[in-house]
Amino acid sequence: MQQRRELDQVYTNRKLLNGQLDTPKWWLPTVSILGVVVLIGVVVIATMINKGLGVTGLARPVYWGLFITTFVFWVGISHAGIMISAILRLTQAEWRRPVTRAAELLTVFSLLTALVFPLIHAGRPWRIAYWIMPYDVARGIYPNIRSPLIMDPVAISTYLTGSTLFLYIALLPDLGNLRDRTTGWKNAMYTVLALGWRGNPRQWKMQTVGGILLSALMLPIFVSVHSIVSWDFAIAAAVEGWHSTIFAPYFVIGAVHSGVSAVVTMMALMRWLWKWDDFIRPEHFDALARLLIVVATGWLAFTFLELTFALYGQDAPEIALREMQMFQWPWNALFITFFLTAYLIPVPMWLFKRVRTNIALMFWTSILVNVGMWLERFLIIVPGLARRTPFVYTWEAYRPSPVEWTIFIWSFAWVTFLMLLFSRFFPLVPLFEAKESQVFTDDVMIGRAKVPAIVREAD
Amino acid sequence: MTTSILGLFQQPEPAADAMDGLKEAGFELGTFDVLTGTPYPEGAFGEHVPQHRLFRFPAFGAIIGFTLSVFLTSVTQLAYPMVTGGKPILSIFAMLIIMYEMTMLAGVIATVIGIIFESRLPNMKPGIYDTRITEGWIGVVITFDDESKVADAESVLNKAGALEIKHA
Repeated sequence: MQQRRELDQVYTNRKLLNGQLDTPKWWLPTVSILGVVVLIGVVVIATMINKGLGVTGLARPVYWGLFITTFVFWVGISHAGIMISAILRLTQAEWRRPVTRAAELLTVFSLLTALVFPLIHAGRPWRIAYWIMPYDVARGIYPNIRSPLIMDPVAISTYLTGSTLFLYIALLPDLGNLRDRTTGWKNAMYTVLALGWRGNPRQWKMQTVGGILLSALMLPIFVSVHSIVSWDFAIAAAVEGWHSTIFAPYFVIGAVHSGVSAVVTMMALMRWLWKWDDFIRPEHFDALARLLIVVATGWLAFTFLELTFALYGQDAPEIALREMQMFQWPWNALFITFFLTAYLIPVPMWLFKRVRTNIALMFWTSILVNVGMWLERFLIIVPGLARRTPFVYTWEAYRPSPVEWTIFIWSFAWVTFLMLLFSRFFPLVPLFEAKESQVFTDDVMIGRAKVPAIVREAD
Repeated sequence: MTTSILGLFQQPEPAADAMDGLKEAGFELGTFDVLTGTPYPEGAFGEHVPQHRLFRFPAFGAIIGFTLSVFLTSVTQLAYPMVTGGKPILSIFAMLIIMYEMTMLAGVIATVIGIIFESRLPNMKPGIYDTRITEGWIGVVITFDDESKVADAESVLNKAGALEIKHA
């Protein structure tokens, strides 16, 4: 990484706060369009709750379809934040700086969106209280903690709470900065949110030590969340293709693959929309693509193992399921698309530096990965249920209804809407991180070569 | 009456000189501090290195979370002892998962409380300040109980090359 630009703090403030201090021209029309899509989605969800799940394509024996697939997908995307923010912070990777806030934000908003799906999938969301909240003291009926369907909300709500607090703590110095640059009601809002931040050595030390401590605490939660989501399936012994012993690490690494790809998509959009060429540079995409090659190849190994273990057991129903997934229409088309988009197209491309530093190519390949990873979840969840098995007296071919597709589209509009709304009030790139990078970086001469060097404290 | 002054610098070296000058002039540690818009390496200004007890907070939170989770997972199941899937009422593996999550959650919440507390926040009367600090300027702030020392402090700040001195 030999790219470095000398940026003074006034310029950094002006550029990175351009979303909060000014309104970009594209912002209002984009948010309005997204708002309309979100509103349509809300109306469709309300209609579905009113009419019942009959308006979906869900029918015996496929009760887990598009909603649960999309739930697992968004939980997967949420793994971007902690992967990028915590691991890179702990390893003191210098290139993390412009990426962390957006990644943490993606975690929070994708988790919020993921939570909606099991709620609406249950058909009568208000009854969820009986299912997950230990509140019914009068009758002594409590949630069954032996069920992964209880473990799951506990893990996700832990992750959501932790990620939100992590995001807020790291936002404090930038809130102080916004307080200093605003007037009127905005100033009052930032003054309250900044809690009186001044930037003395004690406060900066707490940012550093606290950030590392929170990262270390969030990492085990991050691993547990998708492990527990995988147990929603793996503990169900009755469905072929689900009860796999490697599901937990397989889901976690798949989540990292899709999450980091989503961060790449978002970084490209941020660079284009807010014109942050000085802060989000090709070297950052290069580093993320290198990370993705490793993660994607690890994920491929797990995919291979999953298939190998399924076939080596010589369990006839399991082999029949794999045959259906790979060779029967329409599953085979989905399977080929999944494999091409999640690995075979993007990863060989990322082996070339010209691709890794080409932001448009990185944008499109990262989207391909998430198309593939969504299909992966669909192929894990639905075929196992859809396969005709003995003693099942009825079955329907599962075809997601327009209601399900609308809610699926709503989820993407909703996450984008929340991100843009956030960007109007809070910076998407941590300013103090960008400035710290300038303080800790200097050019050194090695022979006749001028090389940027990072200075780091010994402890 | 407590008063304070703020000397503003554009470079870290003169700010560090001002901090050294204040120590040499007999100002007590804790009566002067440095304000920056970005973290600098610890001791860059020769400032007093703050001590903290942040590491106690997650441990304390985790103990509370673990205790609550043991209570929640055991008492609720014993209160309505319905056997499901042939599993024991107190299934240790399932309990461990909930206990793990609750322990971690309480640990994280306690850490965040710790960060805020150890940062001495919230502080709704933060005192003398200048918005240029978040534009890269460096502030050296001195607090006095005895106003007779104001002139001494101003002299140290001026000698170090303060570009501006503000009073509050």
